[in-house]
This record gives sequence, C-alpha cells and structure tokens, in this order.
Amino acid sequence: MSETAPQPKTAASNPPVQPIASNLLPSDVVRISATKDVPQPERQLTKVAKLIDVSKCIGCKACQSACIEWNDTKPEVEENVGVYENPHDLTPNMFTLMRFTEWVNPETDNLEWLIRKDGCMHCEDPGCLKACPAPGAIVQYSNGIVDFIHENCIGCGYCVTGCPFDIPRISKVDHKSYKCTLCSDRVAVGQGPACAKACPTQAIVFGTKEDMIAHANDRVADLKSRGYDNAGIYDPPGVGGTHVFYVLHHADKPSIYDGLPDEPRISPVVEGWKGVTKTAGLAVMGVAAVGAAIHGIFARANKVDAHEEQEAEKLVQSGDGDGGSV
Amino acid sequence: MTNSWTDIKNTDLVIVMGGNAAEAHPCGFKWVTEAKHHRGAKLIVVDPRYTRTASVSDFYAPIRPGSDIAFLMGAIRWMIENDKVQWDYVRNYTNASFLVKDEFGWSDGLFTGYDEEKRDYDKSSWDYKMGPDGFVQTDPTLQDPRCVWNLLKAHVDAYTPEFVERICGTPKDKFLTICEMIGECSTPTKTMTSMYALGWTQHSKGAQNIRGMAMLQLILGNIGVRGGGMNALRGHSNIQGLTDIGLMSNLIPGYLNIPTEMEADWATYMSTRGFKPIVPGQTSYWQNYSKFMVSFMKAMWGDAATAENDWAYHYLPKLDVPAYDGMRMFELMNHGKVNLYFCQGFNPLLSFPNRGKMTEAFSKLKMLVIMDPLATETAHFWQNHGIYNDVDSAAIQTEVLELPTTCFAEDEGALVNSGRWLQWHWAGATPPGEAKHDTWIMAQIFLRVKKLYQEEGGVFPDPILNLTWDYADPGEPMPDELAREMNGRALRTVYDLKDTTKVVAEAGQQLANFGQYRDDGSTMGGCWIYGGSWTEDGNMMARRDNNDPDDTGAFLNWSFAWPANRRILYNRASCDLQGKPWDPSRKIIEWTGEKWEGYDVPDIPVTAKPGEVHPFIMNPEGVSRLFSRGMMRDGPFPTHMEPFEAPIANVFNPKMRGNPVARVFESDAEKFAAIGDPEFPCVATSYRLTEHFHYWTKHNPVNAVLQPEFFVEISEELAAERGIERGGRVRVWSKRGEVWAKALVTKRIRPMQIDGKTVHVIGIPLHWGFMGAARKGFGPNSLSSQVGDANVETPEFKAFMVNIEPSAEEPVA
Repeated sequence: MSETAPQPKTAASNPPVQPIASNLLPSDVVRISATKDVPQPERQLTKVAKLIDVSKCIGCKACQSACIEWNDTKPEVEENVGVYENPHDLTPNMFTLMRFTEWVNPETDNLEWLIRKDGCMHCEDPGCLKACPAPGAIVQYSNGIVDFIHENCIGCGYCVTGCPFDIPRISKVDHKSYKCTLCSDRVAVGQGPACAKACPTQAIVFGTKEDMIAHANDRVADLKSRGYDNAGIYDPPGVGGTHVFYVLHHADKPSIYDGLPDEPRISPVVEGWKGVTKTAGLAVMGVAAVGAAIHGIFARANKVDAHEEQEAEKLVQSGDGDGGSV
Repeated sequence: MTNSWTDIKNTDLVIVMGGNAAEAHPCGFKWVTEAKHHRGAKLIVVDPRYTRTASVSDFYAPIRPGSDIAFLMGAIRWMIENDKVQWDYVRNYTNASFLVKDEFGWSDGLFTGYDEEKRDYDKSSWDYKMGPDGFVQTDPTLQDPRCVWNLLKAHVDAYTPEFVERICGTPKDKFLTICEMIGECSTPTKTMTSMYALGWTQHSKGAQNIRGMAMLQLILGNIGVRGGGMNALRGHSNIQGLTDIGLMSNLIPGYLNIPTEMEADWATYMSTRGFKPIVPGQTSYWQNYSKFMVSFMKAMWGDAATAENDWAYHYLPKLDVPAYDGMRMFELMNHGKVNLYFCQGFNPLLSFPNRGKMTEAFSKLKMLVIMDPLATETAHFWQNHGIYNDVDSAAIQTEVLELPTTCFAEDEGALVNSGRWLQWHWAGATPPGEAKHDTWIMAQIFLRVKKLYQEEGGVFPDPILNLTWDYADPGEPMPDELAREMNGRALRTVYDLKDTTKVVAEAGQQLANFGQYRDDGSTMGGCWIYGGSWTEDGNMMARRDNNDPDDTGAFLNWSFAWPANRRILYNRASCDLQGKPWDPSRKIIEWTGEKWEGYDVPDIPVTAKPGEVHPFIMNPEGVSRLFSRGMMRDGPFPTHMEPFEAPIANVFNPKMRGNPVARVFESDAEKFAAIGDPEFPCVATSYRLTEHFHYWTKHNPVNAVLQPEFFVEISEELAAERGIERGGRVRVWSKRGEVWAKALVTKRIRPMQIDGKTVHVIGIPLHWGFMGAARKGFGPNSLSSQVGDANVETPEFKAFMVNIEPSAEEPVA
C-alpha cells in the first residue's frame, strides 16, 4: 500500500487504481453505543453527505441493485403484490428501497408520482446509537457516518425503536441488525457510496456536506423556477441534521413521500435510555442475557418485549438520565 | 438519432412521445436531466400511462395507444394556424415550395391510387411536377395551391384540437398547452428534441408516426441544429449496429439493397440508383452508390468479383418478395416450409407476436439451432411448464441444438449506440463453460459447409467457394480483422478523382474514409458508412478523449460516429442561407467565407458555397421532405389510421381497417377482434420496465428481486368496474391467447373518452417467461396481434384489444 486514501469529494469519479490504505480509522470514531467517555479523535474528518434529489429520481432502482451487489446480500425473490416496491420493505438484505407514492396535487389536480429512495439517514444525532445497549455495536465517525459493528450486536432491536425513520431490520438468521453503512468501506478508500455511483441521473450525489448543501440549494432554485414554490431541503434539525438528506419538490409536506416524518426526532423514551446505558446499561444487557439463557442460546430473535420496554421506561422515569453528550 | 445522446443537454424542450426514456434508457436519460438542470429545459411526456419519465416531467398528457398521427397532425395544424413556423428554414430547407402533380389527392382516409384488391397504392401521382429541363417546378412564394406547403395545410385541416381530443382522448386544454410549449421552439434560438422508441415503431403505421414528428421538427427548424433532431432511442446496445450492418433479408451493409428478382442484372439494378439531382447545382450523395456497392462486392468475393462479371452480381440472391422478415419466416414455418431455423441471439417465442402461432411453427421444424448465452424460452419451447408453457412435449418432434455463446461482456468489438457512435469495448470476463464467440461458431459452420461443396459440389457453389476468408485463423476471425474489413482498404493504388496523378492510398492500406471508395475494383469495404472507423492511424472506435471544446457535446475524439465521424446529421441546416448559425450561442459549423468549419464534421462538401448546395445532400432535392413522394408505401403525408384492433372505426372511413397497405396473412386476419368488439373492449399496450432488460435479466437474481413477477397495470376505475383488487390475480385474454397476472391498480392510467365512448387501457409489461430466476409468467406476445408496419414490418405490439377479469385461483394446466 502506498498512500492514504483521499476523502471522497464525489461519487461519480473513478476510484484510484493503486492500492491505498483506509482513511477511516477506529480513532476517527466520535461516539460508541453504550460507552461513555469515548476519547475524542485528534483529527476531524470533513463531514460527508449523500444528497437524494427526489425531483431528479426516475425510480430505476439502480441504487438498490448496486447496494445488493456491493454488499453481496441475497434478498428474496418475492411476489408482486400490486406495487412497484420490491422487495416490499427494507430487509436485513435490502438496505435501501425506492418507495413510490401516487399523489394528486390538490392545487393543480395533477397526478404526481413521488419516488423516494429510503434508507438510513445517518443522523448527526443518531437515535439508534443512543438506544443501543450493546457496547460498540453502533459507532459514529467524525465524518458523520453511523455504522453498525455486527460482531457487537445482540439483536435486541432497540435501534429499531430508537430510529425516527424506521430503518434498521433484524435478521432472523443471525439475529443482528442491518442497515445502510453509507458504504463506509468505500468511503474509507476514497470512493463514494455504490448507490450514488450507479445512479444514472445523478439524483443521488455524494460529497462534503457543505458542497451537497450548496448543490441542493441550486436544485431548489431550479425547482422554484418551475413552479414548485415549496421546494426545499429536508435535513431535519430534530435529529441534528442528517448525512443523507433530500431535495423535495414539496418540502412543506415531507409525509406525502410515503410517510417521510414531517418533524423527526428521537423518542423521549430513547433519549432517556441513554441514561440507562450509562448507569444501568449493563442491567439492560443483563435482561437480554438472562433472556437468552432462559430461552436457550439465542433460539429466537432477541426482541425487546413490552415488559422490557416498561422496565426501561421506569428506569428513565427514575430520573437517572442526564441527556448530555456521550 | 440525427443527433447524439450527449447533444440532448443542448436542448430547450424535450418531448418524449412514443417512448419512455427514463424507464427504458435510464443512462441516456441523464442528458435530459442535464438539460433541465443546466439550461432550464422543459420536459413534455405524452403517453397512455403516467410513466417514470412523466414523474420527472414538466407537463404530461395522456394519449390513446395508436392515435399518435392525429396528435402530431393536430400539432402541425396548430403551428401553421398560429404562425409558429421558422419560415426561412421551411422556405429554403424543405420542399414546401415544390409543386405536386395535379392528380395527387386524399379523400376518405386514402390517398390517390388505392387498389383494394392488391392492398397497395399506385404511387405515380405522389410526385413533383417536373419541368422540361428535368428539374422540379417550384413556387418560392408558396402561393401556388399545388405547392407542398398548401397541400400540407389542406391535409392537416381536419386535425382540430377537438378532433385530437375525440380520437386521442387527450384533453383539449392539455393538447393546447403542449402546442404552445412546442410553438416557442419555432424561433431560431430555441430548439426542441424528439426522443422516441418502440412506442412509435411498433404500430402498423410506425414509420408514419415518426414522419409526423420529423415534419413538425422541420417546420420548427429543429433538424440539423444542436439540441434538436429526431432521436430514436435504440432498444439494445447494438441494435443500431444491426441495422447498419444490414442484418435484414432485404439489406446490404450500409443501407444498400439486396436486389429483387426484377433486377436480374447489374445494369438494371443500378439504373434506379442514379439519384440524379432534381434541383440545379445540387449534390446528391447517393450518386456514389456504385462505389459503395462495388467495394462491398470486392469485400465479399475479392478477385472473383470483376468488372467483366459485373462484380459477381449473379452471386447475390434476388428477392421474390419485398423481404423475408421475421413474420413472413414464421408464417412460412407454420406452413411447414422451413426445415432448419438458426436462432442467434433471438428469443422469438417471447418476442414475436401471437405466441400460440410461434409454438405451432417451431413444432413443425425439423431442427432448431439456438446460439445464445442464456437458456431461452425458444430453446425450451417444447418443454411443458404448466400454464406458462402448456405444450405436449411428446408430440413435438423438432430437434433442438443449443450452442452456448459468449455475451457482450466476454467479447471484444464495437457497439453502435443510438447516436451512431461505434464504441470499441474489450472483454471484461472469461467465457464460462463451453461458451464460444459467435464468430467462432459461424466460421466453423462456414468452413464445414464449404468443405462439403468442395467435396460434393452443388447446384451453384461459387458464392460459397469464392467467399473472401482472409483471416489469420480461418476458424476464428478476430474482431479487429472484421472491423478493418468493414472500414475498407485499397486493393491497388487508389488515385484522387480530380487529380488522377495524386495517390490517395497505396495497395494494402486502410482507407481513410468512404470518399476513397471506388467503383473500379481498386477498393474493398464491407460497410461504407463505417469508412474511417479503422484507418492507417488505427482503431478510431477505441478513442477515449473526452475533450469537448466549448462544451458543444460533440466529443469528436471520443469513439467514431458514422458517417465520417459526424455527430449531428444535416448540420449545414444549423446555419442560415449565408452560412451563419441560426443561434450563435449554439454554433456547430459556419461558413468562413472560404469553407465550412466548426465543432463538428460539416454535412456538406467543405467548400460548397452557401446558396449553391442545399443542406440535405442525401436527397436529390437537396432539401428535406414535408411531402415524401413515393418513398413510403402508405402515403406522402401521415394520415390517421386506427390500429388493426381498435375500439372505434376510422372516422375518416369506417370501412378502412388498420393500415390499408399493411401486409396481413390470411391466418392472422382471422385472429383479429372485430372493430369495437364488445368481447374485447380494452386497449392493451406493451412496454419495458427499468428493472429488467427484455427477457435477459430475469436470469439474474438481483434483477429478479427488483421486479419479481409478471403484472398488468389497470386504472382504479377499471378495477372497480371488474371487481379487481390491488395485487389480486387476473386473467387477460385476446382473440389469440390468455395470460394470468397480478393486478397493479394505479392512478397513472385513466379511462379515456374516445369518440364518445369510455375506453380503458391495460398496460402489459414484458420481461417474464418460464426460464430464469424470476417467477414464471407471460409476455404480451401471448395476446398481441400479428401484423406489422406497412413499410418495415415491425409488429404492432403497442395497440391491440383484450379483456380482463379477476381470477381467484392459480389455474392448473
């Protein structure tokens, strides 16, 4: 290996051909699930972002195809149930999904076919990480990428509850949680995410968050000139902004895009769990571990049941959470 | 395409009609998004369905499948009525001022000369008035009632916005909005591009659909300019190459013709191919026909083709019918008149209409040879797959041989894209198993057949025994050898035509361009339009320099575009009469006072002064044709014709069925539903989906995941009427067959009001069969009617009549 990979500026450019060392190191991690006092990195990586311009998206699913190929997943060949979404939902083997909505604009009475690429938003303030009771199962890098470290995952499903966007999916095979990694393995060697690389219309673009915001503003101006007065950027402040964000023609109504949350924020319960993980995190871990022992060596998915949720909530209400940073 | 994919970024308005570019050509569609993003271009979509292209459009309007001519003639009428005409262009670069014979006319949906018995026209009246000097008579003032412009005006008069709404089902206000948007492009500084595909070709009058838009583009002055043109989006990565190379029974590479049996000798054949200019001083490029033809014959038969034997003209087959197109072949096969069928890269069991007839025809063969990288349905037509291929295997005696071939990624060579670019590619993978290159298979067969003739003789073995076969390994011609042969080379010293002492090429050298082709036997060349693709300087198709001076989108040093590396055809028409660009900000070429130069290869002799030679040098008129004389079988102007199966009769002439000159075989005619047949009330149309490529990608698990199962698309209204639920199972049937599918109930298809009648449209995507990774299903060809375009025999896949009902359970065979 010769030099260190550059930090990627775009997904469209071709990758370097010489072997290069990873530029996304364990020391670049800024937050770790169920772990306090994470030593802060000496360097700050440039914040990256993937911009999904819904107005340029043609719903071709090249992103889904690239995602399957790059991550080498094997989603099932399902049935057609009368919709264009295939698979029908995100799965442990399908980290991104085109969602199609037929929406009649009440102002113009014209049909609009809203097509949105769904997947992990890589929140600046990640609810999954905050909710996760397993030390080291979820990490956040200083460039903004939120990644799951599967060897540490206990499959409890708290990340699902913690996610305001309903993204992670628990595998019934290995009982681990899966979602988009923002192709952290590609970004580490100077490439953009596979989906952005494959996108034929550059509806998906990747680069520094700053550049992507500038590009998004440019796109919003174009949409406004075409009569989309409410065009705008979806980079929700409720989760501290996201490293995957959208340009929407109707930014005043995110939920028309197949239920994109209007004002996403981490559930107060989960916000509280952070305290749990700090003071009594291992107690929660203990619940899972005992559960495992009783039901016999992970014979079932390690789901959080209602009782466990109640227990956690009680802990939260006891006022032990500090709501502060990790 | 007259232009190229990269040129689409230069446009102000994209109209996608007769295609679904975002869905079927997603990578090329990026240039539309470029135009929208960087030029503020608008996108119009006219389609029976609200498609994925429509989802990113600025304006959408619905249209009934098979009614496009009415829409287009309506648009032309609106342009003329509202003076949205680029007059300088129309007067000088079209045949608007040419006078037409007094006998020519149109009434009751038919042009003069119709013979019902022969289902053909006597086209003698569809021509210009010629003067005694041999040149056409014109009226530059456009006052003469017999000039093309006035005849066109009269011809389109019936196509009012109300008429368009009545026939097409397009709401009048939407039609008028589109006309206004198009009309803005009649100024010299605004251009529209037309992107179309099989949505226009797969009709019994497909060629006339395209003529209609070409005429509109000429009236707007949009042909030959940047961001304009008629841009056919080719459906395979190399289907342009297929037509270029002449892989049709009636063509010779480079759009030359196989002789007919009426042309028994060379002199007769050439007598109708002089293409003498019919306006004074004009260049008529097809006058070089003999150079291209003789060089082709030399490429085929080398020393055996001589001036004395008319270049071995007697070796060429002579057609007894216009063409042995696919439908004719399967008709013959079905009559037991074909014993052996070679199916190379072709899956007709799913891709040709009336599948039932295909199965029957294949069952009558003695032997079927399949050359394909995939296990196709055609190769397994004899195998029972329940309802998905319900055949009695024991009753089929056809012997099937499968010869596995390599696919494009395992092969080297050039693919010709829609923009006529020959892009060389290199093998990216090693062929699996026993797969062999097609060239190896063909060569091995040829060498064996040749040996048989050598040893055993035959009735007329000469064309086979004398075929040029000059390859390093006769058993496997290499792609570079074949490419060099297609470019052409000098067989002996080639001299300049004017300065006959000047040497152009020495014997053995590659020719630099088709201008060096000769008809004296001194050159050979397999495909004249590819002249210049592999010169003494090497493989021009492998060039990958993406410099683009002034961002014109021409990319002259990237690959090679035929003809002559020209990126925009007719580009002389991008300048006014003095040779200045209509739009200085979109210059392609201009007249410097001495010659033509600019960013593209000029489509005119470089020293031809403006005003002396007109821009359309491939036509003996020197101008483009609003009136196409007798060039097309079904009329010099497009006229509204219903599909062969239609919900209403032709309002011009209720007795007229479909295209009155389209060829219909008797057995196929019996399988047409009656006009307005209540048993088949719904209009069906077929199309591709982005997730798949034809019947190939269902073999790939990833594509199968993304679109796993056959479905049909119907409106919420039709679903409610028939009690069909979203995702429910339905049966769809026509007079030719039936299929079962999942129902996709959508707002993107709406019922239409056609001539006072509610008409439902059913969308039937292709892509599913009984082989591969996806779920078993059907193709639209189980249902569609077997009739083709009157000029080129492209099957009418885009409009036929069906019925639909809920089907609760999976039926058993």
